[in-house]
Amino acid sequence: MSEPLVTFRNVKKHFDDFVAVRDMDLDIYPGEFLAIMGSSGCGKTTTLRMLAGLETPTAGQIHIGGELMNNVKPHERDTPLVWQSLALFPFLSARENVEFGLKMRGVAPAERTRRALEWLNRMEIGEFAERNITTLSGGQKQRVALARSLVMEPKMLLLDEPLSALDANLVIRMQAVLTRLQKELGITFVYVTHSQSEAFAMADRVVIMSQGEIAQVGSPKDIYRAPANRFVAEFVGRNNILTGTQVSQDGNGIVVETPSGTFIASAPETARSDGSEVTFVVSADLVSLSVEEPQDRNRVLCTLISEEFVGSMVTLFLESSDGHEFKVQMQERDLIELDLHSGSQIWLSWAVENAHVLDGE
Amino acid sequence: MNQTRVLNIMLVLYVACIFAFIFAPILFSLVFSFNSQRFPTIPLGEFSTEWYAKIFADPDVWIAARNSLIVSVSTAVVATFLGFCTAYSDFRYNFRFKGPYLALILLPPTIPLIIMALAMLAWLSKLGLSGQLWSIILAHSVLTAPFAMAIIRLRLNQMDPDLESAAWNLGGSEWQAMRHVIIPFCMPSIVSALCLTAAVSFDEFAVSWFVSGLNKTVPVVILEIVQGNIDPQVNAIGTFVFLTSMTLVILAQVFFISRQVKSHS
Repeated sequence: MSEPLVTFRNVKKHFDDFVAVRDMDLDIYPGEFLAIMGSSGCGKTTTLRMLAGLETPTAGQIHIGGELMNNVKPHERDTPLVWQSLALFPFLSARENVEFGLKMRGVAPAERTRRALEWLNRMEIGEFAERNITTLSGGQKQRVALARSLVMEPKMLLLDEPLSALDANLVIRMQAVLTRLQKELGITFVYVTHSQSEAFAMADRVVIMSQGEIAQVGSPKDIYRAPANRFVAEFVGRNNILTGTQVSQDGNGIVVETPSGTFIASAPETARSDGSEVTFVVSADLVSLSVEEPQDRNRVLCTLISEEFVGSMVTLFLESSDGHEFKVQMQERDLIELDLHSGSQIWLSWAVENAHVLDGE
Repeated sequence: MNQTRVLNIMLVLYVACIFAFIFAPILFSLVFSFNSQRFPTIPLGEFSTEWYAKIFADPDVWIAARNSLIVSVSTAVVATFLGFCTAYSDFRYNFRFKGPYLALILLPPTIPLIIMALAMLAWLSKLGLSGQLWSIILAHSVLTAPFAMAIIRLRLNQMDPDLESAAWNLGGSEWQAMRHVIIPFCMPSIVSALCLTAAVSFDEFAVSWFVSGLNKTVPVVILEIVQGNIDPQVNAIGTFVFLTSMTLVILAQVFFISRQVKSHS
């Protein structure tokens, strides 16, 4: 991979007694779409604000383009931010908002108007250029905010939950706009969100943060299929998490004895001795259902508790004889054939390679 | 007739009574200022502008008016500047003893004017600063800055704190952010504060009387007219002062409220 554009080395940020970010090491590469995801208070916004220079790290170093940025003032950086509140200037028109940064940089009036209109047209809101910002709709304001940052022609754009105030269908449209823009411009996007669907839909790489620490960095697929730890496995949801004791190993993987039964999981990267505690996850969409007892060694008989429909997908919640909850995700049309109802007994099974052992647990 | 309607009528009557109570004396003063008779009695005499002619012919009144104008305009500028600075310090920074700091800033209007006036006189004369026109400006600025601060602070509280950071983020220095974001945002409240502090200074009597020395302002001249004898000139000059202050106060309201309505729509 090429030289990183941004490096975080042992970065800490404290607010009085509260530790917002602890010992962060992270590389951000030129041209990538990086999403930083986590629940509120996990340190994702603080990380972004440190990139913009709005917070100074308590310790550690942040380099951008090879330069140490710790004490560089916000206005001396090239890190425009799209704010969660949008932070558009209410006393200015859409065009004047977009021109603002160019004006601060001393670009001549005619030139900055030309560039502002170019960006407003590119964002398909050229007709609203002279309108007062307070008279625009949420989606239009969103586009003005993007144009205001992108007109600065930055190497990196920071986005702080920019879609959180929009309607669900508008979010999908803006996601398409953002991914297209990022590919066309070839610049780095650092996108902070609490929404898994936004992060997974747009990002090349996702950073999952928890309590000021990075829990995992990887492609959306890696994180979904191979969560690094229990936190990530629970955070991305729809995972069956089983904990037990390793009793033996064979060529296929390791044998784990859990209260729900004995299962085989794919061999972990770091081998461990028999008798140690092992946690593995099985993604809910990789579990099969059958009325007859299946041939797989990874099988467990469960009772159906409830169902949850989202569009054509359905999630079943089941319980094994020891009371452990299992989740199974499937197409609704496949469910109809099984003719299940609450209290039905059914077999769950999964392939060995789909049982992923969590490292370090 | 239903109950709410009765209640509404009573409320309207009540408000009308309050307004009558406040404005009746001023209205009488206005009516008698155009009355040809020397004593304010009913029935009225003929319509006359004699008293206006008289005060406008009096050089003392002109000097006082000039003094009042200088004092109120200068006070408005100084007090609004101070008010803006304190309001901004409250908006931008968090520090220990911020509560006492704000309480101290808002203190002057709560002190009885006569005490304030005496203290000002004692203090300024010790420093050799009393008896000048700018002694009044100094004292009035102290007195009115809290009003300016309160108005501007209200506006700043409506501001998204990200706006200032956004200006920095787009390459604006602290001063540029102040000039291109904070001040434009606060402009309605700044104009409003200018009008209101000018109005308060224009008709303030006690402090002006104590520290002015020979530089009389309009309210001080009014008292001198009243002290001499019963003179309808006082009605004329009173009406003039009232209309000036009222205009400024109404302007202050118009600037503040119209912008607020606009930003909420």
